[in-house]
Amino acid sequence: MLQPANPSVSIQDLSLNFGAVSVLQTLNLDVADGEFIVLLGPSGCGKSTLLNCIAGLLDISDGRIFIKGKNVTWEEPKDRGIGMVFQSYALYPQMTVEKNLSFGLRVAGVPKDEIAKRIARAAEILQIEPLLQRKPSALSGGQRQRVAIGRALVRDVDVFLFDEPLSNLDAKLRSELRVEIKLLHRRLKNTMIYVTHDQIEAMTLADRIAVMKGGVIQQLDAPQTIYNRPVNRFVAGFLGSPAMNFLNGGLEKRDGDWHFAAEDLRIPLATYAFERQPVPGPAVLGIRPEHVAVNSGMDWPFTATANVEVVEPMGSDTLVWLKLGKQNFTVRVTSERTPRNADAVGIGFDPMRASLFDAQTGNRL
Amino acid sequence: MVDLVASLPDARALRSAASGPSGPKPRHALSRRNIFLYGTLILVAVYYLLPLYVMVVTSLKGMPEIRLGHIFSPPLEITFEPWVKAWSSACTGLNCDGLSRGFWNSVRITVPSVILSIAIASVNGYALANWRFKGADTFFVILIVGAFIPYQVMIYPIVIILREIGLYGSLTGLVIVHSIFGMPILTLLFRNYFSSMPEELFRAARVDGAGFWGIYLRIMLPMSLPIFVVAVILQVTGIWNDFLFGVVYTRPDTYPMTVQLNNIVNSVQGVKEYNVNMAATILTGLVPLVVYFVSGKLFVRGIAAGAVKG
Repeated sequence: MLQPANPSVSIQDLSLNFGAVSVLQTLNLDVADGEFIVLLGPSGCGKSTLLNCIAGLLDISDGRIFIKGKNVTWEEPKDRGIGMVFQSYALYPQMTVEKNLSFGLRVAGVPKDEIAKRIARAAEILQIEPLLQRKPSALSGGQRQRVAIGRALVRDVDVFLFDEPLSNLDAKLRSELRVEIKLLHRRLKNTMIYVTHDQIEAMTLADRIAVMKGGVIQQLDAPQTIYNRPVNRFVAGFLGSPAMNFLNGGLEKRDGDWHFAAEDLRIPLATYAFERQPVPGPAVLGIRPEHVAVNSGMDWPFTATANVEVVEPMGSDTLVWLKLGKQNFTVRVTSERTPRNADAVGIGFDPMRASLFDAQTGNRL
Repeated sequence: MVDLVASLPDARALRSAASGPSGPKPRHALSRRNIFLYGTLILVAVYYLLPLYVMVVTSLKGMPEIRLGHIFSPPLEITFEPWVKAWSSACTGLNCDGLSRGFWNSVRITVPSVILSIAIASVNGYALANWRFKGADTFFVILIVGAFIPYQVMIYPIVIILREIGLYGSLTGLVIVHSIFGMPILTLLFRNYFSSMPEELFRAARVDGAGFWGIYLRIMLPMSLPIFVVAVILQVTGIWNDFLFGVVYTRPDTYPMTVQLNNIVNSVQGVKEYNVNMAATILTGLVPLVVYFVSGKLFVRGIAAGAVKG
């Protein structure tokens, strides 16, 4: 794992227990200066809890948190140099946008002209100048979230924390604001830690993604690495829509070459890069739906014939649900290659693109 | 042809007959459902308003007319004499200056009690809802149990406590007693209201650097007008209508209005002046009545907001 030399946020052996329930377990995470880290995971995996610990809104059970080299483990949220954006926007309903933005500064006793200067800058960056005198109730969801980001912006913080900021917005606004957040990061170059359960947000925004499950970071890597080389079956199954195909079978050595055998299929693994020395035994092979070709006529290391169950045209491409022997198999093909009225199709893929997992531990082989 | 049909008074009925039902379903004002509904409402309203009617009518009659015994008939000769007497010259014990003295005593009791109890209870509720301090739940349970202990049990111990700190018989003592006894229900009310506010708002304010009082005064207070209205109504009516604490913890010259009313109505010497008694009773009940009428809608809204979450 890449360790940033001079981390902006450093979490060391962090644990959090609610009574007997352990939510986070000796968690370590270093975030480089200016890096955009996404904490991704299913609900209940502890990602929002971790964010709240970094913000100082939750008292931790063990470990230390450093921000900009300063130990902030016992500091109040306001003294940590963080700004936070919440899912429900959390704008103060009785204040105008301007008062919302300036609240933190007024509490801190910043001089009036300085406040005005900072609000003008934030409003310009976020393009909310015409809204400054409105109450939050008179704003749309997207505008509200922009104001909420502005509230973190005016405080001139080192680290931005986003807690599922786009989850309350509709699909169109979500993708628009996603791009805006990315532009904002490019412009400000602040460290950002972003919590989401949306894999598209994670893939598009992150410099590195931390996939979490059960209070433990499963994999921390660049989006492409996580997508192409997941370290275990959970990460492989969590990312990608539709999900990766998993074939249950076993590893065996035949004629000096390793093969993956499932029912009567024999998949040669000559091109697969093993992480460790393979041993014969049960295993799971994962292959993404878009890495499988249908009726391509090309010469793939592995080919087979599968029965067509359902064809789902999605516009830009088509999902084909197949039965490969007794196992379910999904393939994503371009619209032109959509099989029409066919009962069976020929499929093929290169095991180089596949991922092999230990059947018991689920770890990558 | 179409125009002709539309211009007929029962055009819709005709159209319906031609092509089946269309448009809003016709409703009959005298349907069985309406008769039951409004009949019940009118009956109940009359039942509750009749005593008030008798009181108002009686208070506007002179004594000779009352002696005729027609309690439901309107006054033949309207007189405001009983109202004036009830307010300024009816005798209670040795004083003969009417209810006015009690009225001002009640004001002097109610206003500080309401302000003090609500100020403390709202901070209590805020702390319990938002600052989950150690032992918060235990504290809350104890407070709620307090709401179920009958007041009467605590009267004598409180008499002794007030005597020991030298406040027995004073208005200050009574104000303190009222504030304490308002605490459980008001704290519950405020805690539930603040719990129903989004948690993230509180967190955002903390990230913004506001402290315990900053969040309370600048974020929570401006958002909680409805629940404050409910609390004010509960406390004003409760304290104004209180008789027990008033009679126990004050002296005759500091009696609240309710105690004075009782003394006027129950005085045994001379003839019973029903008209004066009625006027005095209405006068005493006027303050809570006005409070209810003025704030009816807010009251219902606040009760609903404060009561849902447990």
